[in-house]
Amino acid sequence: MSQASVAEVRGLPDYVTRRPGGFYRSVNPSTKLAIAAIEVVVAFAVPGWPMPLAVLAAVLATAVAARRLRGLVIVALATSPIVGSILLINLFLLPGASDPIVRIGPLAPTWSGLWFGLQTVVRLLAFSAAIALVYLTTAIDDLLADLARRGVGRRAIFVVGAAVQMVPRTVERAAEIVDAQRARGLDTEGRVWRRARGVLPLAAPVVFGALTEVEERTMALEARAFSAPGRQTLLRVPPDRVVERILRWAAALAMVAVIGFRVAGRLG
Amino acid sequence: MAIELSTVRYRYAGASKPALRSIDLRLDSGRVLGVAGANEAGKSTLCLVAGGFAPRVIGGRLEGSVRIDGADTTAIPPHELAQRCGLVFQNAATQLSNTTATVFEEVAFGPCNLGVPVPDVIERVWWALRAVGVEDLAPRDPARLSGGQAQLVALASILALRPRYLILDEPTSELDPAGTALVADALARVARETGAGILLVEHKTDVLARIADEVVVLAEGSVALAGPAGTVLADPRLAGLGVELPARVRLERAVHTAGLEWPAALAEAIE
Repeated sequence: MSQASVAEVRGLPDYVTRRPGGFYRSVNPSTKLAIAAIEVVVAFAVPGWPMPLAVLAAVLATAVAARRLRGLVIVALATSPIVGSILLINLFLLPGASDPIVRIGPLAPTWSGLWFGLQTVVRLLAFSAAIALVYLTTAIDDLLADLARRGVGRRAIFVVGAAVQMVPRTVERAAEIVDAQRARGLDTEGRVWRRARGVLPLAAPVVFGALTEVEERTMALEARAFSAPGRQTLLRVPPDRVVERILRWAAALAMVAVIGFRVAGRLG
Repeated sequence: MAIELSTVRYRYAGASKPALRSIDLRLDSGRVLGVAGANEAGKSTLCLVAGGFAPRVIGGRLEGSVRIDGADTTAIPPHELAQRCGLVFQNAATQLSNTTATVFEEVAFGPCNLGVPVPDVIERVWWALRAVGVEDLAPRDPARLSGGQAQLVALASILALRPRYLILDEPTSELDPAGTALVADALARVARETGAGILLVEHKTDVLARIADEVVVLAEGSVALAGPAGTVLADPRLAGLGVELPARVRLERAVHTAGLEWPAALAEAIE
């Protein structure tokens, strides 16, 4: 029976039974999570350059094919402060490094620090890109529906969903508060110290507003039978093919193997 | 069949004085009971107590009894309360689950929590959306609705649980006149077509004048005025209780103050 006829029989509108389309987006969310997990484990557990670079290249290639490269670039830019600080700290402060590139007074950046810092940055980029790709190619309700199908508790699922949705909501709220504070004369542009001075009047309403919302949201959830016992009804479940199940098991076994070899010191 | 509050006194956890003092109220099925009052009069607290949320969900100390169809609310689990008495809050944004992609799924959230079979969920969702007149919103993203639309979706989401009573805490307080009219129309339709008992807390007395059968005015946690809507909303003591008179009453008084005759044709037209 085709999916359309399933929807027709069940009486659900097409926009509810929708299926994600396009390369990688149609992959089951749990499979994408499993792939991201093995990529992260490989990037961090295997020493040397080749594997972290291979993971990063694989993630970038997938992003290009899925037309999500722009999103990954934005994520990379967002991590640039961390990347910069990792590079600087390792460049100047790597313990035991004794091969200076140049001496600048008391400072002595080292070749060892530079290479170690760059390698750490590649691992970090591989990690953030792998996780971001899941987010960029998965509708949050598909992920939640898939987790519910696998028996994950509704509270845990709600926490995941609310946390993911909270990011854009907080950004929107912050923008509204910035506008309101500007209307009252707060200077949020110009020199860095002026911007810094505007952070507190911005951050305080965002944080306190979010906290006061918690009680309202709790009551609103209770008003919608959120604490009812038993399993939820699922209106739809994302597709899950046999090959994907095999892939997830393979990823799980590979993760165990990589971690095991790493702990045993067999990876060099 | 009614929600009955008998000599109810309620104090929030950590508060030094009660928010409600000796309240006696009755909301019958098929009736609309309006509640008005100044800020801090206890209106929102009354909603939480009448709906069984206080003290069950938010804590605090309750004296007296609150019964829904004869059952003590303190003995009913929240998910069962939700099916007997629906509660709609002021802020539509915090009532939506934020985990669904369409209004259809948002309205289905409650029935799905109860484990209702899919065909029944579908039937309930369409019924609730039709009851508030927003079937056309079903495919829309709940995060991209106007304030009035979001409040209607919140109301539909509660109706989908098929409660016998509805409690609405200032559902139009954050809405412009167009949004207020949308919600007022929907409430009038729900009251007429579902037979649910509705307790409506509302600052906008024009809305109460339009759909309430009886009105209660609270002041400092107690009932200051109670009676048929037409009588209470024309009571000269309203202004002293921090409640604005409905536009019709203000107009009628202005006409009388000017020494003019209140034209019967105008009264009929307003009605």
